[in-house]
Amino acid sequence: MSFAPSSTSTPSSTPDPTPKPRVGLFVTCLVDMFRPTVGFSAVKLLEEAGCVVDVPMEQVCCGQPAFNAGDLASARKVAKPLIAMFADHDYVVAPSGSCAGMMIKHFPELFANDPEMAEPVKALAAKTWELVSFLTDVMKLQGVAAAFDGSITYHDSCSGLRELKVKEQPRKLLRSVTGLSINELQEPETCCGFGGTFCVKYPEISGKMVGDKTTDIKNSGADMLLAGDMGCLMNMAGKLRREGSDMEVRHVAEVLADMTMAAPGIAGSEKG
Amino acid sequence: MENSTSPKFKQNAHDALNDASLQRALGRLKTGFKDKRTAAIAQLPEFEQLRDAARDIKNHTLANLDHYLTAFEANVIANGGHVHWCADAEEARQTVLKICQDKDAKSVLKGKSMISEEIGLNAFLEKQDLKVVETDLGEYIIQLRNEPPSHIIAPAIHVHKEQVADSFRATHKGRDINRPLDEPRELLDEAREVMREHFFAADVGITGANFLIAETGTSVIVTNEGNGDLTQTLSKVHIAIASLEKVVPTLEDASTILRVLARSATGQEMSSYTTFSTGPRRTEDLDGPEEYHVILLDNGRSNMLGTEFQDMLRCIRCAACMNHCPVYGAVGGHAYGWVYPGPMGSVLTPSLIGVEEAGHLPNASTFCGKCEEVCPMRIPLPKMMRHWREREFEKHLGPQSMRFGIQAWAWMASQPKLYQFATGIAARALKLIGGSKRAIRKLPLASGWTDIRDLPAPQGKTFKQLWAEQQAAKKA
Ligand code: SF4
Repeated sequence: MSFAPSSTSTPSSTPDPTPKPRVGLFVTCLVDMFRPTVGFSAVKLLEEAGCVVDVPMEQVCCGQPAFNAGDLASARKVAKPLIAMFADHDYVVAPSGSCAGMMIKHFPELFANDPEMAEPVKALAAKTWELVSFLTDVMKLQGVAAAFDGSITYHDSCSGLRELKVKEQPRKLLRSVTGLSINELQEPETCCGFGGTFCVKYPEISGKMVGDKTTDIKNSGADMLLAGDMGCLMNMAGKLRREGSDMEVRHVAEVLADMTMAAPGIAGSEKG
Repeated sequence: MENSTSPKFKQNAHDALNDASLQRALGRLKTGFKDKRTAAIAQLPEFEQLRDAARDIKNHTLANLDHYLTAFEANVIANGGHVHWCADAEEARQTVLKICQDKDAKSVLKGKSMISEEIGLNAFLEKQDLKVVETDLGEYIIQLRNEPPSHIIAPAIHVHKEQVADSFRATHKGRDINRPLDEPRELLDEAREVMREHFFAADVGITGANFLIAETGTSVIVTNEGNGDLTQTLSKVHIAIASLEKVVPTLEDASTILRVLARSATGQEMSSYTTFSTGPRRTEDLDGPEEYHVILLDNGRSNMLGTEFQDMLRCIRCAACMNHCPVYGAVGGHAYGWVYPGPMGSVLTPSLIGVEEAGHLPNASTFCGKCEEVCPMRIPLPKMMRHWREREFEKHLGPQSMRFGIQAWAWMASQPKLYQFATGIAARALKLIGGSKRAIRKLPLASGWTDIRDLPAPQGKTFKQLWAEQQAAKKA
């Protein structure tokens, strides 16, 4: 059967250093098109944690936009190739709680009526992880070799938080960054109003939500805003700019991988 | 309530967002409900197990609904009461009217009931020349203001106390027009005085029901004002109106669910009053109604059984989902356009009035999942909203442009080479437009995004382009 996982793909919570786990990076469409630095940060973090990273070049998207629009046929069409593409990797890791959540929680629903897909979908869901929680929970990473001189605040993106329980993991690694301090938001778990197509279908409501969010962010007094999902980050960064704030905004992986010098922040002007 | 304004949801939301008074009122959700729930739950270590138990009780009941409803009916009759099965709103209204007419009733007292709102009972009875008085303070306020509720447990949450004072001065005649009505206490006292007179004059008392207990034939209501008790004990006739799914097998089951209800709703351990009504007054009773009627309303619920929407029938109307919903918090309850607002309304309303009418509601969600996180009955609200979107897509509802857009995108996204080529060009073009600010203020066809916020510009090349270059360089 073509979808059968390879013999090396049994997930193990205490990885043997030899052989190194082979990780398939699911780049995600927003990182691919808008923020390659996040992809390279992910590769760096994974390699430093002892993984071999592979990037299947035919990958596109997890199908979430169609899935959430109620167009299941389109969602299946987009999602299906990924399942074979990642069949031979020990793990699949995405720098996004939303896309990882789609593969872990929603692929089984999406393919529920297709008995042939049941096994491969289950296998994929079992070995797929959001980047930061993979580093802490699977690779048992205790800290990172990175430095950032300043304070950050952290937005908990909804899918990662509620579908995958990503909450303490990024904070734990951030605390190991030399010179970095965390200013928590008043409401770090409140949605930023992105919601995929929601933000363009209901722009006024989304605008109110992201406005409340940026107020909270600015009140935190932090130098930099971090989160683990590009959709939320683009929404919040875009709103901060519209409000005239030049606060630096980055994906958490960029700070953890010590790659903040590699590129200016999201929607950050050339001054760096 | 027959007519909805749900198709105008966007306009309603626009108006709500620009209503300063409403926005100020919505600011009270945090301290009024959310913080209190959090504190209450922190004190009950077994809360999560109780949620499981509550869910399981309702699932079991729904799987055997006909059995428990028949048992409930038999026990009500055995206690000397009456049960009326009503398929829809009209049948329920006519049944209530008939009971009132048989008693030659002139006035009707109401305890808070969402089912009454659902079937538009007040307006109907008033047309029949019956005097209807709401006895829940919030319901009373919106009755005076001639408005529908904007929240299922705090119907007047959108109203400020100054507005309440204005309504009281305008309607409570024969009082000093300059009397002090600035403090909540003064408003409460006056409402209580006015209400007392109505209580003693009432012929029929109508309440809702939080539970119907099958094993005893009991209807249960929870209130914080005690108005429900007076409504049903002082009136000659008590009518409890309830939808089918309110039934639970036993008293024990009702007690289990009660333990999660008030905590989820208001952060109380229990509501101030939990009142059990089992039949009419017996000869040895000191008070109680002469007649006891239960209206069992279907109104679309049995159609939900066996579908992907069945789980919604577990709902106990605690309102935790709307209290915590950022969309409800932004636009308030009236924007949803029908009786039930917030996440529970976004799932239930399309079931009851049709997805053609209420299609916006399940779409107006970011799927942030907060509602499901707090729902004591563990109802998967986002998932069911998505199921409504699927139905809409099947039926070709919703904007044609969105449908076309998704399908065109899916076509592109299933051709990796073409997709990479196109995104490569788009990334470059957008970077150029973004210029040194790396942000785009205005973009044709993207006004939904750029009306509100800048579009962060891409870095230039896509990850896959850069990755391919890097791999090639390594090999070279
Ligand atoms: S859906 Fe859940 S949270 Fe919302 S009112 Fe019903 S029981 Fe309460």
